[in-house]
Amino acid sequence: MKRFVGFIKKEFYHIFRDKRSLFILFGMPIAQILLFGFAITNEINNVDIAILDHSKNVNSTEVINKISSSKYFSINKFLEMESEIESIFKKGKVKAVLIFEQNFGSNLIKEKKATVQVVTDATDPNTANTVSNYVNGILQQYQKQQNKSIDPGFQVLPETKMMYNSELKSVYMFVPGVMTIILMLVSAMMTSISITREKEQGTMEILLVSPLKPVQVILGKVFPYIFLSIINALIIIVLSIFIFKMPVQGSLLLLGLESILFIVSALGLGILISTISETQQTAMMISLMGLMLPVILLSGFIFPIASMPYPLQMISNIIPAKWFIIIVKGIMLKGVGIQFLWKESLILLFMTVFFIVVSIKKYKIRLE
Amino acid sequence: MSTKKVIQVNKLTKNFGDFKAVNNITFDVGKGEVFGFLGANGAGKTTAMKMLIGITTPSSGKANVAGFDVNTHAEDIKKNIGYMSQKFALYDDLTVNENITFFGGIYGLTRKEIKEKSIELLKELNLEDVKNMLVASLPLGWKQKLSFSVSLLHNPKIVFLDEPTGGVDPITRRHFWEMIYKAASSGTTIFVTTHYMDEAEYCDRVSVMVNGKIEALDTPKKLKETYNVKSMDEVFLKLVRK
Amino acid sequence: MKITLYIIQKEFKQIFRNKGMLPIIFVLPLLQLIILSNTATFEVKNIQFSYIDNDHSTSSRALLEKFNASTYFDVVNGFNTSKEAESAMLEGAVDVVLEIPTDFHQHLLKNQKAVLGIRINAIDGAAAGVTNVYILQVLKSYNKQLQTKLVQFSNYNEKPVTIITIPSFWYNETLNYKTFMVPGILVLLVTMITLFLSGMNIVREKEIGTLEQINVTPIKKNQFIIGKLFPFWIIGILLLSVGLIISKIIFNVPMLGSYILMYSYTTIYILVILGIGLFISNYTDTQQQAMFIAWFFMVIFILMSGLFTPIESMPNWAQFITEFNPIKYFVEVMRMVMLKGASFNDILPQFLKTLLYAIVMNALAVWSYKKTN
Repeated sequence: MKRFVGFIKKEFYHIFRDKRSLFILFGMPIAQILLFGFAITNEINNVDIAILDHSKNVNSTEVINKISSSKYFSINKFLEMESEIESIFKKGKVKAVLIFEQNFGSNLIKEKKATVQVVTDATDPNTANTVSNYVNGILQQYQKQQNKSIDPGFQVLPETKMMYNSELKSVYMFVPGVMTIILMLVSAMMTSISITREKEQGTMEILLVSPLKPVQVILGKVFPYIFLSIINALIIIVLSIFIFKMPVQGSLLLLGLESILFIVSALGLGILISTISETQQTAMMISLMGLMLPVILLSGFIFPIASMPYPLQMISNIIPAKWFIIIVKGIMLKGVGIQFLWKESLILLFMTVFFIVVSIKKYKIRLE
Repeated sequence: MSTKKVIQVNKLTKNFGDFKAVNNITFDVGKGEVFGFLGANGAGKTTAMKMLIGITTPSSGKANVAGFDVNTHAEDIKKNIGYMSQKFALYDDLTVNENITFFGGIYGLTRKEIKEKSIELLKELNLEDVKNMLVASLPLGWKQKLSFSVSLLHNPKIVFLDEPTGGVDPITRRHFWEMIYKAASSGTTIFVTTHYMDEAEYCDRVSVMVNGKIEALDTPKKLKETYNVKSMDEVFLKLVRK
Repeated sequence: MKITLYIIQKEFKQIFRNKGMLPIIFVLPLLQLIILSNTATFEVKNIQFSYIDNDHSTSSRALLEKFNASTYFDVVNGFNTSKEAESAMLEGAVDVVLEIPTDFHQHLLKNQKAVLGIRINAIDGAAAGVTNVYILQVLKSYNKQLQTKLVQFSNYNEKPVTIITIPSFWYNETLNYKTFMVPGILVLLVTMITLFLSGMNIVREKEIGTLEQINVTPIKKNQFIIGKLFPFWIIGILLLSVGLIISKIIFNVPMLGSYILMYSYTTIYILVILGIGLFISNYTDTQQQAMFIAWFFMVIFILMSGLFTPIESMPNWAQFITEFNPIKYFVEVMRMVMLKGASFNDILPQFLKTLLYAIVMNALAVWSYKKTN
């Protein structure tokens, strides 16, 4: 045991002596969470649109005013002809063009029916669709205003409550995700690299012939990183609460424990990676190329898993980050306790054990 | 001993912060000489050598290597010297042949020259059978011999060897020194650091560095006389304990 | 030039000799392209819908039937109490709970109006917004049905006005996410591979000690850097080409513009990434440091590229930062050329910025490579 403590001390010295890496280790996650917390949003704001008003009367002007006063759009240009659309779309800044028909005003008054064409640049289908919906919403509103005096007749009215995030802030969606990605990649990368580094430099053999057991060697290597990652997690949680005003409806203690569980599972994955790679280069490429995009895309961080094709929904189950994101959102936003999250926690625990057991097996085989 | 000086060092100093790694050293090395550069670990040998081969800039002082100033013409020096570092520095994941081709290539040798040279080298080193094997799979002694030969590929005027025989068996060491003599006899100057004192006996002249300074410089024979001892080992111990 | 060739030859040999790395370089990215391109969609589908029907009337059943018929909603079972529903939502089993009050039917007949309680899980705010739109659409169609069934039209003395919006989605009529995501993810993968490989390259030689051996040779700085760049540049172009073929064959992504334009832009783009990689590599002491820095920039480049979330919605300072994001330009150019058939003139601003970026980064890479310290 004493030897083991001495070994852990040596690992800490290693890490703390390398000031540059230490700075990177703590500085980067902070910079990222601040950057992404503010910058990443899937809301649509200030989309540049252009107007082609063939009618140019009171009604079309009223609609245009409504649109320009909305926070979603900013009118970039007024066009004169249809043929201009193609060229401004090719420039790429303007995402949509509203075309008012020739007799928009008079049709509205006389025929009670008028048409607006919403042409969108659908190379980005998400923006196109949302823009189209928002324009439609504004037009509906205008229509309602015009029909104020008319009794709408029978209707059911919804009273909608947006649960857990009444203002529909996208920060609530992304901060847990960013936190997960940072913890996952930093932990897995750090361990896999630090172990393969010893292998590459030949010092691993020295450690393995020492009286320390292989398990102790690995634990000793990982322990300081658990400590560092916990500090990282702590910093991120504090930032999310104080800077991004994330609520913590549930227990802070539980959040802490779950974070530790997740960190350990990521470290376990890191160890596993180190057992299958001979060089630091391979370890890094596996942890970066192999983890980065799958973790971003299959964890529900940005894209809803429920909308993915079924086989991908199945694959997403093996991504530890998916479960941790559910847990973080559950504790912070929904305020639920372990009685609701035991399943997710068990899955994480199981994954952790799996990673560690497989790694130990692999190390043993190497030794025999 | 030839009188032509190929290395002239004058008050060369290197500071790392307050620490003087190399403190005001002055010496000359003549053409074709085997010059032993001795010192305990951390005495400043490697730092001094790195200034002479143009990969570390001196803090002050002058040095002229192969006719060029280290302060202003480091790149010209590099054309005229060979270097073998303490740490094995050939590519482990290339074969013997590929390493020779690569280093020959970046020294600007033609394909034909490289080919001729490598045949000659492999023969001399007895490495013909393993020329297509990865360097990683060779025993340390062979790797060292290969490194030395690679540093001689472009017929440099001076070869710098930084503890070339560290960790190899006595027979290989013996063999290695034969190679050094052979190179020296063809006119190449050898500048070698070592802490094997028996090897110091093989040098034409040796200098002993202690704490960044050169404390003694002469032929092994004269040094032994001066300090009135029987071996270089004792000379060294006397100087270091002074 | 000849000296550079020796470096190139050596790098290629080392890359192809490393059997552990080859699949990571050539197979992993293409596999990810094929699989992950299917994940990236903001469409909201399979909404888990549940209800509490306190009324059990013809009207309430008709309403539920409407939701059942909609393709967006998967109607899960009904709940008896609000508490049950709430706990299901907390568990994450349902996204929407519709509560139909007692006397819903009665109210509707008497007052011509009835109120429904709707709760939406809004943690994903954007998805919740879309879900809400879908719910309103269902209700709208239900209202219409009510009106035609129950109202005598003579009640109207005035006809309401309607504004009809005709949406038309250019370049991608069916709003197929893949035509948008496949080229984007391809860019990410090519960028990652080239950045990580080049970022690790020089620092690796530093760590092993071979760089010192190179530094005592008379090789020129730019010969060395070019020799290091070129093999990765080839790998980048190769990966991109295979990726483009895959996008064509498997995902049927259109290519409206010119391949020559695409390739000439790519040529410069990869130089930017390699320049950044080599700069990082020169600047750091260990592979570990290099990787952390490369990772840091990569995550920022990916998340702020406009591929997954729109750049226009970012605050101004963040939009300014994206000006320094090479991936942003590549994503833009790829979309413009492949999907819109843009010409050289259309992409000129991106082209020039990328060119400038490439010059600066490679100058920095050469400058930061110090043969002497």
